[in-house]
Amino acid sequence: MADKAIEVTGVVKRYGDKTVVSDVDLSVRSGERMVLIGHNGAGKTTLMKLMLGLTHPSAGQLRVLGSNPATAAAAQRRAIGYLPESVAFHSAMKGREVLAFYARLKGVAVAKCQPILAQVGLEQAADRRVSTYSKGMRQRLGLAQAMLGNPQLLFLDEPTSGLDPTLRRQFYDLIDTLSLSGTTSLTSSHSLNEVEARADRIAIMKNGAIVACGTLSELSHQASLPIVVRLRVMAGHTASIAERLAPMGEIQRVNDHGIDLSCLGTSRMVLFRHIAGFGDVIEDMDVIPPRLDDIYNYYMEHVQPQ
Amino acid sequence: MRAIAILAMNEFLDGLRNRWVAAAIILLGATALALMLVGSAPTGTIRAGALDVSVVSLTSLSVYLLPLIALLLSFDALVGEFERGTMLLLLTYPVARWQVVMGKFFGHMMILLTAVAVGYGGAAVITVLFTDNGIEGWQAYATMMGSSLLLGAVFVALGYLVSVLVRERSTAAGAAIVLWLIFVVLYDLALLGLLLADHEQKIGQALFSGLMLISPSDTYRLLNLTTFDTVGQVAGIAGVAARSDFSVPLLLGLLTSWVVLPLAATMTVFHRREL
Repeated sequence: MADKAIEVTGVVKRYGDKTVVSDVDLSVRSGERMVLIGHNGAGKTTLMKLMLGLTHPSAGQLRVLGSNPATAAAAQRRAIGYLPESVAFHSAMKGREVLAFYARLKGVAVAKCQPILAQVGLEQAADRRVSTYSKGMRQRLGLAQAMLGNPQLLFLDEPTSGLDPTLRRQFYDLIDTLSLSGTTSLTSSHSLNEVEARADRIAIMKNGAIVACGTLSELSHQASLPIVVRLRVMAGHTASIAERLAPMGEIQRVNDHGIDLSCLGTSRMVLFRHIAGFGDVIEDMDVIPPRLDDIYNYYMEHVQPQ
Repeated sequence: MRAIAILAMNEFLDGLRNRWVAAAIILLGATALALMLVGSAPTGTIRAGALDVSVVSLTSLSVYLLPLIALLLSFDALVGEFERGTMLLLLTYPVARWQVVMGKFFGHMMILLTAVAVGYGGAAVITVLFTDNGIEGWQAYATMMGSSLLLGAVFVALGYLVSVLVRERSTAAGAAIVLWLIFVVLYDLALLGLLLADHEQKIGQALFSGLMLISPSDTYRLLNLTTFDTVGQVAGIAGVAARSDFSVPLLLGLLTSWVVLPLAATMTVFHRREL
């Protein structure tokens, strides 16, 4: 098996004179959980379609599981699972029939469908028509077909949009279970919060380009966003403490028993030592790291694709 | 081959599920039976078996109904799946695009085959059992059934071509109706008008017959009404068609190319299409 499950180099996709994907480089290691984050229309879906061989790049090269997806043999597609954004099925079919149909196409024994239906929690509804399914059930059926035949590589396009938080968690738990067995996954989403603990690496897309790629801590480090230090101060001392801390950061809020102060992550230790020097006057201290949304917003607002 | 069989079976089951098969059987069976029972009364002096006679009326019926059923089945086949989003998922499976087209084609042909076999076949069996005409003329009747299926195939293929060329289902539906009107109604009307206007009879027999070969539905008529002598007598179109000396292989070849060419064009367009 190739070390790199996905290797994208300099890929450009234009529709007419509109560039949807511009000069994207991305590589995903085997077994890695990669998440693509970006606003609507950032090019996430198009990038996935390129990797699936559904459309062809205007420039650049793609290798998926070692071969070009546009010309890959049918057998290669057996090793790939795909859950499209807002997945649709023949609504007159029953859930079980839908899954059996896709299993036959993939050359998977129809008997293997039953455990998969159980795994996604559709056992009870398997003999109902898909037209009666809720959004969450359709999405789970979508994941079930993507799981057929234990694929090496899973593409999940906004798998949890429109799901409630409980379902969302169940969904990611399932994906985690799959990745434990060595499945590489590429998931797209528009919320960093959602995928926080679910991604080995995160690529942030903006206007068709990848503006940042790395682990969550790398991304937050690169963004070097300020942390907020929240102090509880002995009554009567806030004003004097605030005055002495002012050169070290930005005072955001002062009242009679507390101070909020923001400072750059890089100079935090200097600040901490300084605060420790105040002794008993400081009753308590909290450090609030930048929120994931702040990190995301930072890349969305401040980083321009070259 | 396996993929085509799976897709064809899926399409056929879909036809059973949404009552397409049942509706087509009832439509073809009921009209055929009505025509045959009425038609068996006035055979009178012309010595023709009930089956022969009914070939004439059933040919006129099929020329309208089969293209209609075929187009209704096929106009949605590709554009519908694009619109619903099911095609996107299907093409990430180990299936080639030409296999998708062939799978649907065989599935829809199975639906038409069932409808023609049960509908027309059933009507014939009932007629033979309940009248004393016997099974004389069954060859002509069987030819009519087979060629009706071929006519259906022509319009299934044309429906796919429409389905792959347009972007919206509603456009495809409109285009399918226009296609039906042109090939089944308007072209014949135009030919008729041409004959009426031609007082000086400048249009020769050969030219007129040639013009008939352009439309697949007229090719189908020629095939059924001229191949068997007895049918030709009853058909009473001796003036035009009975004297035409087109061979059966030529007529069959023409109809077959009306199936093959649109199918090939559909695959070519589909292959180039980006999703």
